[in-house]
Formats: sequence, C-alpha cells, structure tokens
Amino acid sequence: MRRRSVFIATASTALVVAAIVLLVPLAPGWERVQKAFFNGEVFWKTFPGLVRAFLVDIMIFAWCAPMIAFLGLLVALARDARSPALFPLRLFGMIYNDVFRGVPVILVIYLVGFGIPGLGLPRPWNSPYIWGTVAVVLTYSAYVAEVYRTGIESIHESQRAAATSLGLSHWDVMRFVILPQAIRRVIPANMNLLIALQKDVALLSFIGPVELLRQAGVYKSLLANFTPYLGAALIFLAVTVPATRWVDRLIARQNAARS
Amino acid sequence: MAKLSVRDVWKSFGAHEVLRGLSLDIEAGQMVCLIGASGSGKSTLLRCLNLLEPVDDGAILLDGRDITDPDLDPQPVRQRIGMVFQSFNLFPHMTAVENVLLAPRRIRRKSRSELLPEAEALFARFGLADRMSHYPDQLSGGQQQRVAIIRALAMRPEVMLFDEVTSALDPALVGEVLDVLRALKAEGMTMVLATHEMAFAREAADKVCFLDDGRILEEGPPSAIFSAPREDRTRAFLARVL
Repeated sequence: MRRRSVFIATASTALVVAAIVLLVPLAPGWERVQKAFFNGEVFWKTFPGLVRAFLVDIMIFAWCAPMIAFLGLLVALARDARSPALFPLRLFGMIYNDVFRGVPVILVIYLVGFGIPGLGLPRPWNSPYIWGTVAVVLTYSAYVAEVYRTGIESIHESQRAAATSLGLSHWDVMRFVILPQAIRRVIPANMNLLIALQKDVALLSFIGPVELLRQAGVYKSLLANFTPYLGAALIFLAVTVPATRWVDRLIARQNAARS
Repeated sequence: MAKLSVRDVWKSFGAHEVLRGLSLDIEAGQMVCLIGASGSGKSTLLRCLNLLEPVDDGAILLDGRDITDPDLDPQPVRQRIGMVFQSFNLFPHMTAVENVLLAPRRIRRKSRSELLPEAEALFARFGLADRMSHYPDQLSGGQQQRVAIIRALAMRPEVMLFDEVTSALDPALVGEVLDVLRALKAEGMTMVLATHEMAFAREAADKVCFLDDGRILEEGPPSAIFSAPREDRTRAFLARVL
C-alpha cells in the first residue's frame, strides 16, 4: 500500500517536471528569459558578493529579533492589563496593534526611515540602519504581541485563580504562572513570524542599507542581467526552507504532546 | 467571635442571582460542610470567601474585620485563607515542590533552602516524600490533589476552603484525600468544604449547611441534618443523593 503510493507520487512528480523542462523552452520568449535570468557566468561571478551582502541581513535580523520579542511582550502585557486604573495602557496597546498591523511594513519603513532623519538629526542618529530597525521592530512587535496574547488567553482561568488564591500579586501570577506556559505554547507561531521577518529585513534596502536585495539590484544594473536576483532568492530559500521545516516539526511535536 | 462570618451576602453574575442574602458563622477549628444541588451557590460562596469574586452586597468578617472592603488589599487576606479546587489546578510547568514553594518564596521572601525543610515535612506527612520532583502530569489525581493541599498549607493559612476536592477523582483515590482532610481537622484547622461526599460530611463535619437557591435553608450538626431534616427541600435533596 505504502509502496504503491510512493510510486504514484514519484511518477506524477516526474511527469510534471518533464512537462516543464520540455514545454517551457518552446515558449517564444524563452531564449531571452534564459539569458536574462539563468546566466551561469553572471551567477558565479556575483554569488560570493551576494552572500557577503546577506551578512548585513543577518546582522539586522539578529538585533531586531530580541527587540521584537521584548517589545511584543510589553504590548501584550499592556493589552492584558485588567485593573480599571490601567485602562489607558490597554487603550494604548489596542491602538498600537491596530495601527502597526494595519499599515504595510514598507510604508512604515518609508515614513520612519525618511521622516525621522528628515528632522535634521546629526550623525550617527540619521542612520537608515537605526530608523529602519525602529520601523521593522515597531511593525513586527504588533504581530508578536498578538501571538503572545493568544497564548496568554489560552491558559485556563483556573490557573490564574489558583495562583491568585495563594496571595500572589497580579504581576507574580503573570510572571511565574501564566507567561511561562503561554510563551512555551506560542513558540511555533512566533517562529513563523521570525521567518517572515528574515525576509522582510530586505525591505530596509529601500531606505539605504546595501544588503542582499540591494546588492542584487546593483549587480543587475552593472551587468544588465537579472540572474543576481535568482541568486538572492536562492540564498533566502536556503535559510527559510530549513527554518520552516524545523518549525513544522516543532508544531507537530507540540500537537503530539497535547493529545 | 466567629473566625469567619458571612453576613447577608449577595452575588449575581449578570441577571443570575447566585447568592441571595446568605449568612453563615464559622468558628475557629470547626469543619463546616456545604451541601446542596449543583448551582445552589456553594462554589461561588467559597470563591467570595477567598476574594476571587467580589460580593455585590453584604459583608464577610475575618476575625471581626470586614474583608470585602474595596479599599483593603486582598493579597494578605488571601494568604490567610487557603483554597483547594476541584480540578487541582497545579501549575503544570513546575514540579510538585516548586508548586508548593512558589508562593512562600515570593511572599515570605525566603530562599528555597530556608523553606525546603518545611515543605519536605509536609510532603512526608501526606505520603508524598518520593514525589516532590515529579511534574503534575506524572502524578495520579489523588496525588495531585494532595500536592494542591500542601501548596495551600505552605502559606500557613488560618482557614482552608475546599471546593469539591474529591469530585474529579476516581472513587479509589477519594479516600487518600479525605484522610488528609481528617488529619487537618484533628490538627484544629478551620475548614469550609463544598462537598458531595455525604458519608464524609456526616462523619467528620461539625456543622452541615444545606444551600438552596443562594441561601442556607437549614444548618446544624450532621446528626440533625441527615437524620431529622426539618425542611421539605432538604429532605428531598437528601433522598436524591443518599
């Protein structure tokens, strides 16, 4: 039974690949596309430079991720504030989430990245790295906050009651009882956001930093060839595909543990 | 003066009135059992006593002091009144001993090593010395409930509230939890139980209260309530459950 389904899967995949390989070159524009996008010479010439530029993406990602984890948690806690006196905090969290989830990332990057240095800030405070980072952190924190909040709300009310009945403060209940369980529960969801972040870091190129996407654009103009974009895509895939598979496994393991 | 005194307490959730002018006195060292049908207000009363739910009207006096005063800090009050729940509510990400030590460490501001002997003594006393570093999902229901009782006792409360603590247990495991309750009574702990264990209430309670529709319809020593109930509704309830 299993051997039969493996056979069918293999055969149908081979059929689809053969169709693509045989049919696509028959298209009238194939020769031009092949030269512009699949030029081996250009690929090998530019690839090392692209990998170096990717280090900039990794760097930006590496300092954005912890800031997002932290700010996202603060926003989630603000949204969970229960006492009536803290209503302004809850309102702020709500508005923050609505605004930054409602506006496209690239727009926030433009507004913050061009707008704030436009105030005439002195070096190094006008760096696009700083304001690009701020824009990405603000946007992603809104998404991460929402994930944390789902986690917090998924913890049964009885846990809160049990901890409260012991005389623990609201903050202690959160810190020692609710958050450790909630954060663990939403790790896979947050990992998905991290993978998205890894790609969106490339949007910073629109305000200046020469990272992978920008570098590919530079090569494209220099060599009048689109192949560097293919190289850039391959580099992104080399990171996101294994990361996605890993997260899928995390989710599967968590589902198995819960059932 | 009663240890805990409930005076004309009213509580509703939305349009649904759960407690309708309930009054009750609990003397120090007494074991009081609340009986009555589901929805009669037993659990809500216990949650109000622990200040998990604010009352709408009336007063609850602990050693003569009104603890429902909204200006009062509820935390110190909750530390004096321990509570154990039907579904144990242990913290699943902590071992049994961590469950027990959390509140003393945060509230009494003592280190783990200072608190450990006391916790170990409690675990040993309730037959769980070899289960201290187990996680809740590695324990049976009865063991989990005993850990929950130890967790409440570790704050050295003056009053303990038990909300149907045996209802979620296999019949075979009920006994070990009831033994703990007997031991606490022998020690002189003031206890309030919402329970469906009529045989236990009859044997161990000092006072049994029959709750009906948010009020105490009848109260007295178990012998009187179980053998010679005065009210028709009490009789009807006991006929159903006994």
